[in-house]
Amino acid sequence: MFGNILIWFVIIPVLMMAGLGLCRNSGMKAIRAVMVVGSTALLALAIWLCVDFLSLRAAGNDAEMLYTGSWMWYSPLNIHLAVGVDGISVLMLMLSAIIVFAGTFASWKISPLPKNFFLWFALLSTGVFGFFISIDMFTMFMFYEVALIPMYLLIGVWGTGRKEYSAMKLTLMLMGGSAFLMLGLLGIYWHSAPAGGELTWNILEIARNNAVDPSWQGMLFIFTFVGFGVLGAMFPFHTWSPDGHACAPTAVSMLHAGVLMKLGGYGCFRIAIYLLPQAANELAWIFIILTGISVVYGAFSACVQTDLKYINAYSSVSHCGMVLFALLMLNQTAMTGAIMQMLSHGLMTALFFALIGMIYGRTHTRDIRQMGGLMQIMPYLGVCYMIAGFASLGLPGLSGFVAEMTIFVGAWENGDFFHRAFVVAATCSIVITAVYILRVVGKLLLGPVHDDHHRQLTDAGWFERFSTVTLIVSIAGIGCFPNWISETIQQSFQPIVAAIQNAL
Amino acid sequence: MDYSQFGAMLPELIILGIFLLVFLADTFSADGSSKKFLTPFAAVLFLLGTVAIWVVPSCGEAVFGGMYFDDAAGRAMKCILNCGVFICMLQAAKWVESDEMKMRKGEFFELLLVTLFGMYLMISARHFLLFIIGLESASLPIAALVAFNKNRYESHEAAVKYILTAVFSSGILLTGLSFVYAFSGGSLYFSDIAAQITTGEMSGLLLCALAFVLAGIGFKLSLVPFHLWTADVYQGAPTSVTAYLSVVSKGAAAFAFFIIFVQVFGQVYSAAWEWMMYAVIIATITVGNLFAMRQKNMKRFMAFSSVSQAGYIMLGSMAANQLGLASMMFYIFVYVVSNLGAFAVITSIENRTGLVSMDDYKGLHKSNPYMAVAMTLAMFSLAGIPPFAGFFSKILIFTSVTGSNSMALYMLVLIALINTIISLYYYLLVVKAMWISADEPKIAPFRSGTCERLSLGICVLGIVFMGLVSCVYQYCVSSVGESFFLALN
Repeated sequence: MFGNILIWFVIIPVLMMAGLGLCRNSGMKAIRAVMVVGSTALLALAIWLCVDFLSLRAAGNDAEMLYTGSWMWYSPLNIHLAVGVDGISVLMLMLSAIIVFAGTFASWKISPLPKNFFLWFALLSTGVFGFFISIDMFTMFMFYEVALIPMYLLIGVWGTGRKEYSAMKLTLMLMGGSAFLMLGLLGIYWHSAPAGGELTWNILEIARNNAVDPSWQGMLFIFTFVGFGVLGAMFPFHTWSPDGHACAPTAVSMLHAGVLMKLGGYGCFRIAIYLLPQAANELAWIFIILTGISVVYGAFSACVQTDLKYINAYSSVSHCGMVLFALLMLNQTAMTGAIMQMLSHGLMTALFFALIGMIYGRTHTRDIRQMGGLMQIMPYLGVCYMIAGFASLGLPGLSGFVAEMTIFVGAWENGDFFHRAFVVAATCSIVITAVYILRVVGKLLLGPVHDDHHRQLTDAGWFERFSTVTLIVSIAGIGCFPNWISETIQQSFQPIVAAIQNAL
Repeated sequence: MDYSQFGAMLPELIILGIFLLVFLADTFSADGSSKKFLTPFAAVLFLLGTVAIWVVPSCGEAVFGGMYFDDAAGRAMKCILNCGVFICMLQAAKWVESDEMKMRKGEFFELLLVTLFGMYLMISARHFLLFIIGLESASLPIAALVAFNKNRYESHEAAVKYILTAVFSSGILLTGLSFVYAFSGGSLYFSDIAAQITTGEMSGLLLCALAFVLAGIGFKLSLVPFHLWTADVYQGAPTSVTAYLSVVSKGAAAFAFFIIFVQVFGQVYSAAWEWMMYAVIIATITVGNLFAMRQKNMKRFMAFSSVSQAGYIMLGSMAANQLGLASMMFYIFVYVVSNLGAFAVITSIENRTGLVSMDDYKGLHKSNPYMAVAMTLAMFSLAGIPPFAGFFSKILIFTSVTGSNSMALYMLVLIALINTIISLYYYLLVVKAMWISADEPKIAPFRSGTCERLSLGICVLGIVFMGLVSCVYQYCVSSVGESFFLALN
């Protein structure tokens, strides 16, 4: 079991938690040491996995999942701890590792109770990594919920503003989503094998059996898609997102918008679409409408906000809506774009939230009306903010462009009026994105200094630079060399697209 | 009469033996100082007895003409109850040392053991006469336990309420049984009655009998609408007794319920009592949750939370099969450690400060971080948050219920799932008070005693590991034999 590299993605955060358990709240150095060692190990592991995965693929190993392993857990119900990754999961693990790494540095000076903060932070990472390595629905769901609950305390204790309200709202909404999800998973399990066959929670086996009764697929699809969609900030279940993000501490916003919201999108195609392909074909239109609204509505909402975090949170609603929207186009190009959008949005939002945290830490306000000319005062942060903004509005050379371009090209492949109308509407959101990004950049960074007190503020410290550089390099990396990523994703989507095609 | 048949009643004999030993020790230790050893004596003896009950296999055949049957499933249930009683004993250790209690602590343990003896009979009885004896000896001594705080008015009031409802519910149950007697042709053996009930004959009499029996046991389980005594009794009783009431007494009633309804009324499962329980479960879960949201007193809060949890426990009866019973046993086991974990904290705090309001818990993490952590884990487990045991028990019970793929049961699970969100809300209120509230702590730092720590430690270990290691659940499944469900069509 421990010979499987994937298991270590869960073991390392658990070890981190154990290490933190031994530290004391006052022992900041020890806490940081544990976190830095742990998150570096995770990043190294992710990079190694990525390289090894690509070389295995290059060597001609075209199994659907690599590094698979399966260990019996609850034998009466055939529940396994089953792991395995395809290209998409590898990239998601990579993304999570980068953001956990950057998040550690972004919360370098967290207080109070640093030990407890990082304990919950590590538990959250355990859930995230566990989710992406699992191919057993039960374990997947377990890790999914493990990733959700730490948010309550992370926001509630270390947040700002109306934190109690936001933490409760976020937790209850996400858990509400997972209640529907659970019911969907149970339904899939009890239909996972043809009559007389052994029921299974294993995603690959269920897809192979393809035995879910068509009369049940519709209901189960709606349950699972809504369940994951809540975390993907799908309209009208997105309302937890702005409040939650606005109140969360920096690293938590980063991890939440950067990785956690991707759990929703990932689950949507890995479980809802892949395992229930017939219903996906029939019912995709419902969710195309909802996600289409998310895309446009999120962008418009971002335009009228004045709080930096709210702007970014609504922008996340728009961008994550784009992810689900692209997945629902049900063709390989658009779905590939969706994953690229996940990566791009994950990195860029994490960067945004990190920068907002740094700016807020200095100016003690997030209201753009009370700031101005920050470029003169803290040029490093200003430039970073601009880069993040450009990535968000899709400047070529950065990750956003690649992702959105792929999505729209893929989405246009659906020839009917309904799809095209929504694609056109979604495309318009790019313009709106430009509006709110440039508005913020103009007000916040350029122009005269608004508040003279801000003149004494310092620019980024080394740990802050470290955290931002990691993210910017990744964003530019995807933007400049998208090919290997899109090929990996495309190849991984083949079985899923084949399942959709067969069900037509 | 063949006295060797008594050998089959090993668990009962062990409990009886422990009871006698404790009673003798109590009688012959006259003054306070020589009673000091009574708590460890009772606890260690009880622990040894539990191990014996667990290790020695059951003889596996019915004795006394089929009145008594001690099977593997029954053994597992008894072991689960024993764990609860053992933790309760440890938790009570501090309270029984108080001045008011010192001279009477022997009585406390004796009453505890007598009720446990009654519960054993409830589980193993295959004849209604024996069952009633078990039920009465399980419920009447509890009234004495509830009234144990001689000098507290609330304790008396609670005891009166408890005894009135207990007697009343027994009356209802007996009425139901008299109906059963009427159509069973003059027999009270489970197997004889089951043979008389066939799917075709859904008479009004049978329906009445079912409703009365359900109501009678429903009182013990505090199912809605028979839950009205719960909050007052839980609040008034000494906290250690409340803990006992909320897990052990409830667990035993749930087991007995399952056994009776499957083995006696199994034939009319889908015809009659499935929909009765359907309605009762929805009402129980929902009402318990809605009332729990507004409680500020922790004991009342736990009372309504336990009403709602009883609904989840009874979900197991909706899947009247091996998985259903095993999931229910596992659920109760997890519920025992989670709920007692919460009560361990409540008791320790109440014993030292007398504070039981949720508002008093504000800022607890500053003064007593370990208590706050334990309470948080217990709340998470009760709410069904992974990776804690409560998550697994909930999911496993939901999985067993949906097994028949009936849409009605899916909807039941959906309602239960939505209710878990409501319950998450109020469990998080406790977490919020302890961790998020900015107020200065009202509870001064204190060091807890060895027994309290031990009980809390057991609970925390159970909460953290019982779900992650699957062997507990597998033990429950393997203990439930196929023969258990013979009466079911």
